Amino acid sequence: MPVVPHLAHTLSLSPQKGNRRSKARIVKVFAIHLQRKASMRIRLNSTRGLSRIIAACAVCGASHIVAASSPTSIFSSHASSASQLTNLSIFVLVIAALIFTGVASLLIYALLRFRRRPGDVNEPPQVFGSMQIELSWTIIPILIIVVLFLGTARVLFSVQDAPKPAGALNLVVIGHQFWWEFRYPDYNVVTANELHIPVANGKVPHPTFMKLTSADVMHSFWVPQLAGKTDVLPNRVNEMWMDPQQPGLYLGQCAQFCGPQHAKMLLRVYVDTEDEFKRWIAEQQKAQAEITPAGQAPLPQPNPGNQNPAAHIAPNSPATRGDVSSQSPAISSAISPQNGQLLFEQQACINCHTVAGTVANGRYGPDLTHLMSRTTIGAGAAENTPGNLNAWIADPNTFKPGTLMPAMHLSDRQNAQITSYLLTLK
Amino acid sequence: MDAQGMPAARGIQAGIDRTPAQTASGTWLEHVHGWIITVDHKRLGIMYIVLGLVFLLVGGLEAMLIRIQLAVPHNTFVSPYTYNRLFTMHGTTMVFLVGMPLIFGFGNYLVPLMIGARDMAFPRLNAFSFWVAAFGGILLYYSFIGGNGLAGTGTAPDVAWFAYAPLTEKAFSPGHTVDYWAVSIFVSGIGSIGTAINILATVFCMRCKGMTLMRLPLLAWLYATVSFLVLVAVSPLTAAQAMLVIDRYLGGHFFDTQAGGSAILWAHFFWIFGHPEVYVLVLPAFAFANEIIPVFSRKAIFGYEAMVAASVGIGFISLGVWAHHMFTIGMTSFGNAFFTLSTMLVSIPTGIKTFNWLATIWGGKVRFETPMLFSIAFLFQWVLAGLTGIMLSVSAWNWQLHNSYFVVAHFHYVLVGAIVFMIFAAIYYWYPKMTGRMLDETLGKWHFWLMVLGFHMTFDVMHFPGLLGMPRQIYTYEPDRGWNTLNFIVSVGGFIQAIAILILVYNMVHSYFRGREAGPDPWDAWTLEWATPSPPPPYNFPVEPEVSSRRPLWDLKHPEDPDSAFE
Repeated sequence: MPVVPHLAHTLSLSPQKGNRRSKARIVKVFAIHLQRKASMRIRLNSTRGLSRIIAACAVCGASHIVAASSPTSIFSSHASSASQLTNLSIFVLVIAALIFTGVASLLIYALLRFRRRPGDVNEPPQVFGSMQIELSWTIIPILIIVVLFLGTARVLFSVQDAPKPAGALNLVVIGHQFWWEFRYPDYNVVTANELHIPVANGKVPHPTFMKLTSADVMHSFWVPQLAGKTDVLPNRVNEMWMDPQQPGLYLGQCAQFCGPQHAKMLLRVYVDTEDEFKRWIAEQQKAQAEITPAGQAPLPQPNPGNQNPAAHIAPNSPATRGDVSSQSPAISSAISPQNGQLLFEQQACINCHTVAGTVANGRYGPDLTHLMSRTTIGAGAAENTPGNLNAWIADPNTFKPGTLMPAMHLSDRQNAQITSYLLTLK
Repeated sequence: MDAQGMPAARGIQAGIDRTPAQTASGTWLEHVHGWIITVDHKRLGIMYIVLGLVFLLVGGLEAMLIRIQLAVPHNTFVSPYTYNRLFTMHGTTMVFLVGMPLIFGFGNYLVPLMIGARDMAFPRLNAFSFWVAAFGGILLYYSFIGGNGLAGTGTAPDVAWFAYAPLTEKAFSPGHTVDYWAVSIFVSGIGSIGTAINILATVFCMRCKGMTLMRLPLLAWLYATVSFLVLVAVSPLTAAQAMLVIDRYLGGHFFDTQAGGSAILWAHFFWIFGHPEVYVLVLPAFAFANEIIPVFSRKAIFGYEAMVAASVGIGFISLGVWAHHMFTIGMTSFGNAFFTLSTMLVSIPTGIKTFNWLATIWGGKVRFETPMLFSIAFLFQWVLAGLTGIMLSVSAWNWQLHNSYFVVAHFHYVLVGAIVFMIFAAIYYWYPKMTGRMLDETLGKWHFWLMVLGFHMTFDVMHFPGLLGMPRQIYTYEPDRGWNTLNFIVSVGGFIQAIAILILVYNMVHSYFRGREAGPDPWDAWTLEWATPSPPPPYNFPVEPEVSSRRPLWDLKHPEDPDSAFE
């Protein structure tokens, strides 16, 4: 017996008892442990009762949480593709729950049964492994995976490769930093942030087939109750479709981090009945009129700032500021839509915003042609009320810090004038 | 006495150090200098671990700020800019500055000791790798005070830890936020590659006499696999960072979509690193479990050969699954199907591992000390994390789950529930070896139970907002979505975990000075590191040990029934 000073105490703790081992031993070990002692059985029964209560609580809690009235729950689907995903998810959840229950109960059993009893200093029989057992827990998972994969592949191909029916509505979705642009190429309609699509199960099926792209960075289009998400990438066109079965309002939001205001890039999808949708499209197709009385329509004067000063200003001539009033025709101080429109068209607003039918044809920000037909502004950042609209124009950062629309530093009166104009964009 | 047991016993006995312990001498400054210039794998290992733990506290603080912000809807505790910096830095810190240093720290410390070597294969490369990694971390955090300085919340990265293009391009991220991110990851990546080469060379070239590959401790096998993965996976990441910097400063257009570049290219580059990286972090957790579970069950690991095959198998399969992070990016249905299947395949070797741990416990005599408690929690949490992983691999369902809080809950289940729990187990298990003193067991139990409570409050509950449509990386949320209560519970759980971790820190400091003397082999374990004094001398073994089985110390303690008789 070699003398190893620092191992002496461990050696004395382990009586020299022969531990015969063999690879077949494991089978015997399993068999022995099936014969439980009475006391053990009682203890196990009580644990089982307790675990049953815990399981019941968990199921109640989980179903309560899932059924909680969330307008964005992935389990309350209202379109056929989303329902296919929901059914698949429940199938996978059940299999996963069975696996967890099985493995966890084996573990709990092993830990309770094979804990060291006080005073027991003998080492247990050493078992090194068993090829049969290794094979069994290799083959069974393979079978489970085959089932899961086939289930997945079926839904995957049927949703992703679904053919486009003749009556489908074409829609182009363009993601912008912190807002959504929707184009209806068949109807020549452009809108923002609040999407209207027809219910798909009318007289003729009208699913909506979408092409998605981005004007700047990556975004992701996600309305959980209608479909899974699809990423929206610059320099690439992705496709997806949805076929809502029930009219109503469905909520969603951008699901790919896209910058400071990713959180407030919200989405509202109104699923209309066929008639409602036709009415809505007809309404959206109307252009807005220049409401300034004819003959007085101010043509924007060329802005000297746009030109190369070197071409016009003689060297060493004193710096002169153009007379502001000479650039912009006098706007009376009255707060009226007419004055609002004048101001709107003379300020930087029209560089970014379009109002169809007027000179405003900017493409950088949301189309405002029918602004007042929307319930929210700022991609869902605030309700579309006159007060909020006014506050938004004064400084969008109050609602949405980091939004790309700058505060224009207009006077309160000017803000009110522009608001009064915007309120006419029905 | 078994004849075949003798060489093992003799070999180790010769390896037992009888030289008197050297007493520390020199001034405080000389001590610090000694640590800075050291090339000793044990000191470097401890420095890696301390670095990782310091950044764990920093990253944890960021997580707490995130949870305060999300506790209630429409919260204004931090601005969106600050919030985006917090979660970007939290993710980057936890993966690159906590996970990697901690796993490399334990690898550095344990691999040479376990294979009977006196140091790593390349001690100077080892020191270089450590200092480069530490510099990368300091550079990343310098961003808080660099640039605009603290007042403007600095120029800390704010593009999420996967930094998707083209948000990282000059047009969308002016300033230096992305530069700090790219350069610090580039730098620390060089350190990781250096350590990976070092561990591979050590495992394959520095084993002591009799330590065949089939007698390697499983920890060494797993670290070899991890190092292989680091070598293959970190290289594309490093290349991608170089391309990003070229895009930003030299007019390249790899990811610049406005000039015809590709956003998807970045996603591929990132995830071909990013997914193996998950296994780089989780395989060491398996490695710790492979050492701790047998010792506390008092049985040899069940199915050693199957465990080796499964570990190496996970390493290979994990290289072919990266695009499961991209099921929504617009791949073809065939591509989605391929990555569904390849991802599901990972569950076979991981399943084998789980069942082998179960079989190791089966028939044993389990001692419930703190390292084992953490390992048991790890087993349950790992099974659950694996199952949510299978759910995410179901590509059609992934269209709903992707980028939701369900994903956040899933990978925190892996990273905290499996990896952090096993790192805690490893700290309780090997702290006596590293310092010569035991961690306090009562504080350990407090740490464990608070951690379990906080973990499950946070990360079990976090799955549900995801199922209810809550996307990740949002600084606030609408109050009408049914997420409010859930988020509040998640935040409370986070703080309970923070308290648990503070208890660990206190325990580590307290026990360093006041802890019970550990002795060389406090857990009655079987691998070679326990044949050295605690802490081991700089040269580890005065004479190269010689082994003739997988458990040399078992042979020594049970000469009548040695393992070597069965190999």
